[in-house]
Amino acid sequence: MDEEVAAETRKDTEVAPALIAVHPDRHSAAVAVGPELRVFNLLGNCAVSLVDDSVTGEQPFHKDNIRAIRFGAKGKLFVSAGDDKTLKIWSTQSWHCVSTVSSEKRVTAVAISNEGLHVCFADKFGLVWVVDLNQTSQYKKLTPTPLLSHYCSIITSLEFSPDNRFIISADRDFKIRVTNFPKNLLNGAHEIQSFCLGHTEFVSCLAFVPAQESPHSLLLSGSGDSTVRLWDISSGALLDTCEVAIKAGLLESDGNAEEHDHAVTDLCTTLDGLLVAVAIQSLRGIVLLSCNVSAQTLSFAKVVSIAGETFIPTCLANSSPTKELWMVTGISSLPGYDYPSLARVLVISGIDVEQEPVVLEDDKIPGGEKLLETLQGTTSVDDNAFLAAAEAVKAAMCNLLIKKHYPFENREYRKKTRNDKKLKE
Amino acid sequence: MPDTRVNPTFSKSTGLPRKRFYRARAHSNPLSDSHFPVPLTPAHVDYSLHYPQFFPSSDQVDRSKKIKFADIGCGFGGLLISLSTLFPDTLMIGMELRDKVSEYVKERILSLRVANPGQYQNISVVRTNSMKYIPNHFDKAQLSKMFFLFPDPHFKEKNHRRRVISPFLLDEYAYVLEVGGIIYTITDVEELGEWMKSCLENHPLFEPLTEKELEADPAVKLLSSATEEGQKVARNDGQTFQAIFRRIARPDQIS
Repeated sequence: MDEEVAAETRKDTEVAPALIAVHPDRHSAAVAVGPELRVFNLLGNCAVSLVDDSVTGEQPFHKDNIRAIRFGAKGKLFVSAGDDKTLKIWSTQSWHCVSTVSSEKRVTAVAISNEGLHVCFADKFGLVWVVDLNQTSQYKKLTPTPLLSHYCSIITSLEFSPDNRFIISADRDFKIRVTNFPKNLLNGAHEIQSFCLGHTEFVSCLAFVPAQESPHSLLLSGSGDSTVRLWDISSGALLDTCEVAIKAGLLESDGNAEEHDHAVTDLCTTLDGLLVAVAIQSLRGIVLLSCNVSAQTLSFAKVVSIAGETFIPTCLANSSPTKELWMVTGISSLPGYDYPSLARVLVISGIDVEQEPVVLEDDKIPGGEKLLETLQGTTSVDDNAFLAAAEAVKAAMCNLLIKKHYPFENREYRKKTRNDKKLKE
Repeated sequence: MPDTRVNPTFSKSTGLPRKRFYRARAHSNPLSDSHFPVPLTPAHVDYSLHYPQFFPSSDQVDRSKKIKFADIGCGFGGLLISLSTLFPDTLMIGMELRDKVSEYVKERILSLRVANPGQYQNISVVRTNSMKYIPNHFDKAQLSKMFFLFPDPHFKEKNHRRRVISPFLLDEYAYVLEVGGIIYTITDVEELGEWMKSCLENHPLFEPLTEKELEADPAVKLLSSATEEGQKVARNDGQTFQAIFRRIARPDQIS
């Protein structure tokens, strides 16, 4: 029976949430569902066909679930990586795969430095690797160099600081590490600037508050403890905490019975840094927080609900020039349903302190039905499937990132049935 | 005070806990998810629990006095006890992953405090996985000495990442050590000795101590004599291999 449970757990962790990324100048939008990467060209109003010379025939570019996608800050590069232990770097001009980098382990997070010269990725064993794109002559044969390591913890998110001085890595052991990004990459990154400690569950996402005038870079983090926190990365000091699940009315302030139900899954800031969009498990919509950079505070602004359908976003992306928030919900595969994979894209416009956010109707979305057809795959899906998908994504995330707590008796039983003891008998 | 008549785990003659009631496996898997409380941040470490004489109440803890020495994998606590009287005003802590062993050290310190009033107030022990939770216990540049005495050698190459001295973990040790702080390592396994030395030599934030400095340092003499493991090696006429390095400031911009 124990084996059965173990097998089921494995199946749950194999499902991956749908991901979304929008080009910084809104030239294109990308969605990843399972191993599939879908890109829509918003300038030309057409689907993009990706080209990867390293993959022959009809095979998908990635052979397993994609776990991280991202545009570079300048929009020239796009990266995708995941469970197939490869990182692909794409040119956004031609949508050719310019390089395929192999990883020893599954990739969980990626980041591109702001000048677009370095790509970092984290693997499931807590190692962060860097690829130096300066070696352009050898573009095809890029080899990653190990940069730093979180001791055997799953790294959930990676970010470069806006000034490129630091690389920030967050893990499931409640930690955020701020490391000086070295000049000489081959020697690794040894100088830790700070640790941002205070979350009481896994850290799921990171985002910088883009505030040019502020001398200190402010970092935001979301966590399985249902909070969003604001940090000063140079000292690691916790500046403010916003209990988003309580503020959004999902949780009673004294209730902690099922706190994992309201893990923060993603964060997104606006260009002026005044608003933060937050996705929470089991919330049909998003929470908007307002961030006061000079006072270094974070406060609840409002909940933007999505009416008429079950839409619990799995990933957020902002389109700064147009003040839109792009959202996706979906899953790589849904046990018990006919759909091989599910994805639904929605856009909220008017993400700005002076405007009222509006959830756009499908025909009002930039790119319209054509975009939805490209990014979603199928156009209409049973609402119940999305509800089941949200549950499956939640279960998968909890299994992956929350440590299992065995009751005392169970622990003794597990010790008795350890594999090394079985061999002796 | 432990009542020796009803508590057979304490020796009748010395009042100290008896080791045979605290036997544990020699190895512990540092990769497993163990369950023990971990302080959320270094500010959450309750000094009044560890050092009640220095910090009588948990409400008014003087944050200027902090733990300065850490014995990583302190085992049965021999080094801590020797250091305690050598540096009576310095707060130090032993970190041990094995539950029973850390319990033993705790009882041993408590008994020593009872038997020697006023002494051994500056040492304590915590059960934790130091490979994972060092930043939860110490602030940046808090420590002046770190000890790694006779760590698990993990011979197989596959298990080298379980070694407590490794290139990436040294980054974290460099973070909690102050500039000028010293890291002490010793082993009776030649291969591991070479490994620890080369890890430290290749790390940009550490430099070796000179012969003269080693001779002048009173803690160096304790490495092979103070611990149970060290005494065992000496009994068997074994060899030991030391690597003692100092935390240096970033050699600015060697690129």
